[in-house]
Amino acid sequence: MEINILTVFYLIGSVTFILGLKMLSNPDSARKGNLIAASGMTIAILGTIFLYKDEEGKSLHNYAWIFAGIVIGAVVGTLAAKKVKMTAMPEMVSLFNGMGGACAALISIVEFNHLVRGYETGNPAMLYDLDKTTVVIIMSGLIIGSVSFAGSIVAWGKLNGKFKDYAFKGQHIFNLLLLGLVLLSATWLVVAPPENIFHLLFYGVFSLALTYGVLFVLPIGGADMPVVISLLNSFTGVAAACGGFLYDNKLMLTGGILVGAAGTLLTILMCKAMNRSLKNVLIGSFGATPTHATAQKAAGNYKEISVSDCAVAMSYARKVMIVPGYGLAVAQAQHVCHELEKMLEEKGVEVKYAIHPVAGRMPGHMNVLLAEADVSYDKLLEMEHANDEFKSTDVVLVLGANDVVNPAAKTDPDSPIYGMPILEVEEAKMVVVNKRSMKPGYAGIENELFFRQKTSMLFGDAKSVLQQLVNEVKSL
Amino acid sequence: MENFLSWIYGHQEYIYIVILMVFLGIEVIGRVPSVLHTPLMSGANAIHGVVIIGAIIVMGKAESDNYLALILGFLAVILGTLNVVGGFVVTDRMLEMFRKKEKPQTPKGA
Repeated sequence: MEINILTVFYLIGSVTFILGLKMLSNPDSARKGNLIAASGMTIAILGTIFLYKDEEGKSLHNYAWIFAGIVIGAVVGTLAAKKVKMTAMPEMVSLFNGMGGACAALISIVEFNHLVRGYETGNPAMLYDLDKTTVVIIMSGLIIGSVSFAGSIVAWGKLNGKFKDYAFKGQHIFNLLLLGLVLLSATWLVVAPPENIFHLLFYGVFSLALTYGVLFVLPIGGADMPVVISLLNSFTGVAAACGGFLYDNKLMLTGGILVGAAGTLLTILMCKAMNRSLKNVLIGSFGATPTHATAQKAAGNYKEISVSDCAVAMSYARKVMIVPGYGLAVAQAQHVCHELEKMLEEKGVEVKYAIHPVAGRMPGHMNVLLAEADVSYDKLLEMEHANDEFKSTDVVLVLGANDVVNPAAKTDPDSPIYGMPILEVEEAKMVVVNKRSMKPGYAGIENELFFRQKTSMLFGDAKSVLQQLVNEVKSL
Repeated sequence: MENFLSWIYGHQEYIYIVILMVFLGIEVIGRVPSVLHTPLMSGANAIHGVVIIGAIIVMGKAESDNYLALILGFLAVILGTLNVVGGFVVTDRMLEMFRKKEKPQTPKGA
């Protein structure tokens, strides 16, 4: 009876996951979708704790441990999620993703020990007779979970500046060999487990998979981090699905595969937005090799503009386009930005935002930030629309964006971002670029735009510069 | 060959679920506007936290003398809960901002 009720709970859970994801696709229902998925998850978790029966019909025990773990996780998770700044959201998602991966890997470790314990006590008599399907699933969960965990932690560290890009010569080949070694050892363990060293082999695979996760993400440049997080997200989904096979649990299976498939598609969509293939992102080692050619070519004179000149230019323009980037997020300048937008609109200036799909550290990052500052939806233009409108724009204000407006993507085949669609800000009559310094952007590439005739530089922290602009516009 | 076919026969239920879920996942995500990409990624991140169920089973089955299972299971429960709770809360926080934005729009239009 209880197990049948649990089955119904899992069924409800699966449906809420699908519904939740579907409702997340519409701004009006998104929040409700998230809550629906969360309630489905709660039902499933509580159901598992109280109603689960193993093959022998025994209920779960160790309730104190389970509840202690859940309480600790829930308190820490809620606090972390509530306290994190909007700018640090991508790191946070990456970190939570890593926790899920680690959870899957730990489950595999326990289940492997459980499995070989049977062998050590004589059932089955031969190591060779362990159920192959189960071993394959345990190994998959272990490898995918570990790679996802290690990779997510590195991605988290890179996004908050704890780790730098790091690559050595021939790293791709080394990585491929390492991955080959991981898969080979795992296959060995499945096909013909060596009697004496199978424990060693198992933990060897575990540590090699962790190492691979680190080396896999380390050389990938910052501009590609969103793609990597999305990819690791789908990895964890597949790792969770492995648990579904292991426990014959349809909810874990459906949830995991759903996220695995959706995450993979999202990853591909992001790559498309940058006009690159996934292979190119992963093997291409964006920004790891310094591009001397571009750097030298770009070196030249740039001109600066004063805050008051910029304020005048914008106040008397007909149309102003704002191109936000990570600099805006770092400076927490979204509210001031909205204030400037309102000031200009009062003066009869048409203000719009041009949003590049990969601006910031995650797709949609800018939209979330600007939404926080109450910027209305219809002011946010996607790349194609924005590019149509630049021709009729008087002033473009680039706020801490760099690579997404770099003309090298169109003109310089040697550039690592060559081929990426960009916001063609040069079509406008005047471009003002706000940056903290002349340092190249996150991808580590010089930007020719800054040295062009039409471009003026406005140095300083985005927030303070915008505040000054607001004051100037007000006093005009 | 015989083995392989009987393996497929024995696991057909799973194979069906996997294939259908792959298509469903692609179908559901395919219509998401790019503005919602970040919350969507975060929401999906919370959903794969369903791995917590595996952790609960591991923990709940562990014999009281099996310290490895107890410790690792306990850790897995904590990490899984972090993934679930943190994931849903972060997503909700992001989406809250999208909703807040709609309110000032109405007086503006009125």
